[in-house]
Amino acid sequence: MPSSDYDSASLPDLLPLYYRRLFPFSQYYRWLNYGGVQKNYFQNREFSFTLKDDIYVRYQSFTTQNELEKEMQKMNPYKIDIGAVYSHRPSQHNTVKSGTFQALEKELVFDIDMTDYDDVRSCCSAADICSKCWTLMTIAIRILDRALRDDFGFQHLLWVYSGRRGVHCWVCDEAARKLSVAARSAVAEYLSLVKGGEETMKKVSLSDPIHPFIRESLLVVEQYFPRYGLQEQDILGRKESVDKHLIKELDLPLTLPSNVRKDLQQDFQNERKPEVRWKLIRDHATKKKAAGKKGHHFDKEIMLQYCYPRLDVNVSKGVNHLLKTIHAFMTTTSLSSLLTRTCSSFNLDQDAFLFPSTLKNWIDLILFAFFFLIPVKTDGITFFSLICEELDRPRIGEEEEKAEDDKDKENEKDAAERRKIRDYKRTSLAKYVKCFDQFLDGIAQSRKGELLRKSDLQKDF
Amino acid sequence: MQFGSRRRKIINSAQTELYGHSVQFYGQPPLENISLTEFETFAVERLKLLKTVETLGVSFVKHSEQYSKKLESEFKNLNFPYRPETDDRKIQTGPSEFEKRRKDHISHFILRLAYCQTEDLRRWFIQQEVDLFRYRFNDLPPKQKLEFLHRNNLQYDTISVEEKKALQDKLVNSSYAVSGITVEDQDFYKVPFQDALDLVRTRKVYLKAGYVYIPHQDIVTIVLNDFRTRLSKALALTARSLPAVHSDERLQPLLNHLSHAYVGQDYSIQKNVGKISLDQIDSLSGKSFPLCMRQLHQALRENHHLRHGGRMQYGLFLKGIGLSLEQALQFWRSEFIRGKVDADKFDKAYAYSIRHMFGKEGKRTDYTPYSCMKVILSNPPSQGDHHGCPFRHSDPELLKQKLQVYKVSPSGISQILELVKGMHYQLACQKYFELTHNIEDSSFSLNHPNQYFVESQKVLGGGKDIKRETDPQQRSQENATTRASTAAQDTAAKDVAEMTEDLDSFFQDG
Ligand code: SF4
Ligand SMILES: [Zn+2]
Repeated sequence: MPSSDYDSASLPDLLPLYYRRLFPFSQYYRWLNYGGVQKNYFQNREFSFTLKDDIYVRYQSFTTQNELEKEMQKMNPYKIDIGAVYSHRPSQHNTVKSGTFQALEKELVFDIDMTDYDDVRSCCSAADICSKCWTLMTIAIRILDRALRDDFGFQHLLWVYSGRRGVHCWVCDEAARKLSVAARSAVAEYLSLVKGGEETMKKVSLSDPIHPFIRESLLVVEQYFPRYGLQEQDILGRKESVDKHLIKELDLPLTLPSNVRKDLQQDFQNERKPEVRWKLIRDHATKKKAAGKKGHHFDKEIMLQYCYPRLDVNVSKGVNHLLKTIHAFMTTTSLSSLLTRTCSSFNLDQDAFLFPSTLKNWIDLILFAFFFLIPVKTDGITFFSLICEELDRPRIGEEEEKAEDDKDKENEKDAAERRKIRDYKRTSLAKYVKCFDQFLDGIAQSRKGELLRKSDLQKDF
Repeated sequence: MQFGSRRRKIINSAQTELYGHSVQFYGQPPLENISLTEFETFAVERLKLLKTVETLGVSFVKHSEQYSKKLESEFKNLNFPYRPETDDRKIQTGPSEFEKRRKDHISHFILRLAYCQTEDLRRWFIQQEVDLFRYRFNDLPPKQKLEFLHRNNLQYDTISVEEKKALQDKLVNSSYAVSGITVEDQDFYKVPFQDALDLVRTRKVYLKAGYVYIPHQDIVTIVLNDFRTRLSKALALTARSLPAVHSDERLQPLLNHLSHAYVGQDYSIQKNVGKISLDQIDSLSGKSFPLCMRQLHQALRENHHLRHGGRMQYGLFLKGIGLSLEQALQFWRSEFIRGKVDADKFDKAYAYSIRHMFGKEGKRTDYTPYSCMKVILSNPPSQGDHHGCPFRHSDPELLKQKLQVYKVSPSGISQILELVKGMHYQLACQKYFELTHNIEDSSFSLNHPNQYFVESQKVLGGGKDIKRETDPQQRSQENATTRASTAAQDTAAKDVAEMTEDLDSFFQDG
């Protein structure tokens, strides 16, 4: 890539450019305004910004898209957090009587962070991720996406790369936004299988009957476990384990019941191949089950302990929890290597490899985040510069675009707005903005359906 | 019963109708006038009942045989209606079933007044009342359950036979108590998942497209949900009418004392500030900290970091034993900067939350150190966390190893593990206290990590100063309730007349 001469010192120069020419204000507003159905929904939404030198400002709120745009262009935040919709304008929270300023609604959010898997991945630790452990995110997305849709009936799930070391999910359905704190934590707990802190070795316990939700989740985990767990993490083969709890005594996972460990000891000594060892464990489980013994789920428990998504329940619980949604700048990982990694792990060209093709949409959404919401970072600046170069390229197909814009009367955009749209349309970002637009179209459609339903009901009276 | 005759006159038919069932939904506030003395006794006794519910909920598996037995005997002792009586005449002694139901009704509404004032109080009250209601509803024979539903107009949608057939497998696998045969036999209710959160949370119900399918035998969950929702709405409304209550000088002190009774001793008020120096902490953590705090201290020293849950639990505890804000800041900073956090980052990212703990930021609430109950029940530790209660949240195997390291005798260890197995975590901790302090029978009942510390210092003789200064702070339940009575008597003396205020005026919408 050219132009590697950008460095982090130039960020303050790049940000204005980013907010002036690239940031998707109109989609952003369209998203958080939710069709303007509820009064002051956008106006009472809290934003908070992290500015230069880690200065953190909370309780920002804006009355119009225009104001949002102007303020962001003025402040040029490094990071943007989206908070709750409050009872009053957050910017005036000091002026209302104490106790009356309350968080009312918020998307249901999930945060899956790679650091929470540190005891079960040997390839990396803390904020580092590689294509091996990125599999964990793939598993998490598939399991949670299914459950949120099929079990809970939500439809509008926005999956985005969290900007550092995992993914966020924003459930945007109206019903989700209205959930109480208790309901949020119940959903999060329903979805949590891995329990316990540093003082617990065995973090998954199954008992009969196995709930349909767990069965469905196991189907996903079983697809990835042989390659991810047995080969890449080599959980049954490592001699020197990084992890004090799980592997001891001849590589036998400590999560196994002690009698099972005893039974398998001999076999393990004679057999080194992880696949065969795994088969020994599974066969043993089947035998126990056939004998009608209790606690025969230990094979499943191991798979889940290693692969099942680990949620930060506290993030999902609160209505007023701020989620670092949009990191304008990544701070720890090189963007270019991330991009390569994602492309290879999602295998964009043959997406059926990892995802059923119907789910292609969320790959795009994650990539959308990659490309759009986190365009730059110290060494990832090369990417930003690439976009900038695209911006400065001679305009081709301008005529076509004009025709398109003319059709797009819906929002009555002014000329400057149109120019901005064209700006990112000329870059690689276009594809991902389109994805986001489609997502927003989906929400709009449900909204219309709901309104129709309501007016039909009224006619009945 | 000097007001007996008068009261009976007031009871009209509506009132009798109100007490037609042994379990109540508390839809209607009491309409009669009651004396201040009765007001007070009712309130104090219901509070005792709720305290029992709370304690039992921690010491026993809810709805185990022991739990029910203990609760039942508390009902009897305090003269609350604990079981539907079919024949009133059978009761020879004590108040009649009617009296009991009346007491149940009125006392519930009095405590609403006392416990509507803050979010914390409301949460506590709702939790205990819900547990109480669950116990009583579950105890009803099936016929009476149905009668209760009808009486209170509770109707829920059932699913068709075809749908039941189609979902049979899933339904069987979603509940411990459902088998192929019982699916056919019983009704399944289909309600939005928000109405059965307890079943959702524990994955004890089948969930599809936002609806749960609840077998009839679990119907208590939906009823409870209704109960909880109504109660929480009602409390919010009552809170709004509080100014009226507060202006009543007879009621106000009594209500305040009642609401204080639930927290037990309050360790948030700092009395021993500066009595402990930072370099004492290491040795104190070995001698006088309960295991939960010792574990956090150790983790902090090892990793030079603690996650949020740990910082809160440990930070507040340290505040409770007497660290000043300045000491706390110094303590955390010096440890954190030995790890990955530099001084600058510490000041930006962590100092705020420490000042917060001392009530110097944000809402300026002075945070109270966590009680055992809170440590054991709320916010369980997850990946990377060291907080929680070791007796509750550690693998027994690891706990055993740890106890060995701490030189607890093998027989001591097995006693402790036995208690843990029976879910008596606080008792296990107390046993550990006794074993490590070489005393046979400790004279307190442990419910707070800071209490553990104070008691330990007493035994070790190191905390004479600390002890003297905390004593006036004693606000155990008994004290609070007696103080409540004294306060009530004081005010009663001032105003001997019967209460003229109708209780229900406090419960009106608006
Ligand atoms: S019982 Fe209480 S004091 Fe003892 S370890 Fe547990 S939480 Fe700490
Ligand atoms: Zn890795």
